[in-house]
Amino acid sequence: MLQSIRRFFGERGFLEVETPARIPANAPEEYIDPLPTLHWQLQTSPEICMKRLLCRGYDKIFQICRCWRADERGSKHLIEFTMLEWYRSNADYRQLIDDCIALLRLVSEDCAQAQPFVRFGNKIDPNGIWHIISVQEAFSSLAQVDVFSCIKNGLFDEILTSKIEPALEKFKTPVILKDYPLQLASLARISQDDPEFAERFELYVGGLELANGFSELTDPQEQRLRFEEVNRNRLKLGKPKLLLPEPFLGELSAMPPSAGIALGVDRLVMLTIGADDIDQVVAFTPESL
Amino acid sequence: MLSVADLKKGTKLILDGDPYIVTSFDFVKPGKGQALYKCKMKNMINGSTLDRTYRSGENFEPAGMDERDMEFLYKEGDHYTFMDQQTFEQVVMEEDAVGDAKNFLLENTKVAVMLFGTKPIGVTLPNFINLRVTQTDPWVKGDTSGSDSKPATVETGYVLRVPPFIEEGELIVIDTRNGEYSTRIKG
Repeated sequence: MLQSIRRFFGERGFLEVETPARIPANAPEEYIDPLPTLHWQLQTSPEICMKRLLCRGYDKIFQICRCWRADERGSKHLIEFTMLEWYRSNADYRQLIDDCIALLRLVSEDCAQAQPFVRFGNKIDPNGIWHIISVQEAFSSLAQVDVFSCIKNGLFDEILTSKIEPALEKFKTPVILKDYPLQLASLARISQDDPEFAERFELYVGGLELANGFSELTDPQEQRLRFEEVNRNRLKLGKPKLLLPEPFLGELSAMPPSAGIALGVDRLVMLTIGADDIDQVVAFTPESL
Repeated sequence: MLSVADLKKGTKLILDGDPYIVTSFDFVKPGKGQALYKCKMKNMINGSTLDRTYRSGENFEPAGMDERDMEFLYKEGDHYTFMDQQTFEQVVMEEDAVGDAKNFLLENTKVAVMLFGTKPIGVTLPNFINLRVTQTDPWVKGDTSGSDSKPATVETGYVLRVPPFIEEGELIVIDTRNGEYSTRIKG
């Protein structure tokens, strides 16, 4: 799997990079809690350092690394997991969607003898025509609800996991859910076509969330406001505020228009071998240590 | 108090005053979204099931369960009376809560009674229990109908299938977990 991924990026002129796993501050997220260490914290994603590399002029980079997210443990979650991230300068999320399509096709050819991916016994063929649908369309057609009213009532994640993801299990090819409402933009750029949405997408295979990508927000002021908003929301949830990644905010104005994506490698292995539980794809679960 | 992160399969908790056992549990979380805990739970009194989704930060009261060794004394209408072997206290349980165990209860049978607070909510029988056959048709030697079992009624009124050679008045061993004939006791 790792060799296949490296071949994919090598052939496309990407530079493989390594960045520190232990950092003073991750990008603050409302619902992602970093694992503290004696000093600083472990990365929840390598995004901060990789984006700083973009600011320094590296234009196509990828990394395969361990990430840690506190308290995330279930049939699709390990606290310590393997992430693949890649970034392209002078590109937007559309190029990333094309990368996803080509990457999954190559991985299935290299690692699964070109057999389709399997999730809960359903076959999902990356070689077929992918479904690319907007989040708003998915909510109205798969759950018969309006996405904005779901967000207003704090029900977005509940509808997503109870209605949308189960419906996506039935799709015979991978699905790209794109154009997230601005409230869920995270570090994504506002859509050029409709300012109510952000250029963010999620890749689903057989209902399993595999990757999250977006056109990067490159405005330091806007990014700082969003981080502060995240911290205000964390306080409301009774969670501690998180330190802002100041050097990143300081360098952000130098970032060219870029796009980046994070993909869960353990989950890609699950799909490749048809494992329904993430425990099946690691030699050691945290409970066995 | 239990936090939602403490829940796992088998956890017993109180919801709306009733004890529930978690029968399946999963942690789900969209990458950037909030953590949700999906539970299926079974009401330990009436057996009804519930699907619930919880968010982190929610708390539950654990259901304190206590299992006591008791002896079945007698039945009156729909009420079954048991006596605690240690304290000699008597508890009365309704037929619904006794469930299938009622098929195997004879006076003086030793059982374990599950208590929720002071309320008895279930009976655990020994895995095997001996009961006498009160009615069954005699076995006609040379019967070639090919049937390898026949119905028999035991002293509690329970009817089960037994091998053709079992006769009225014989003592048989029943597996209480599936209610099936296990063997016979000769003599």
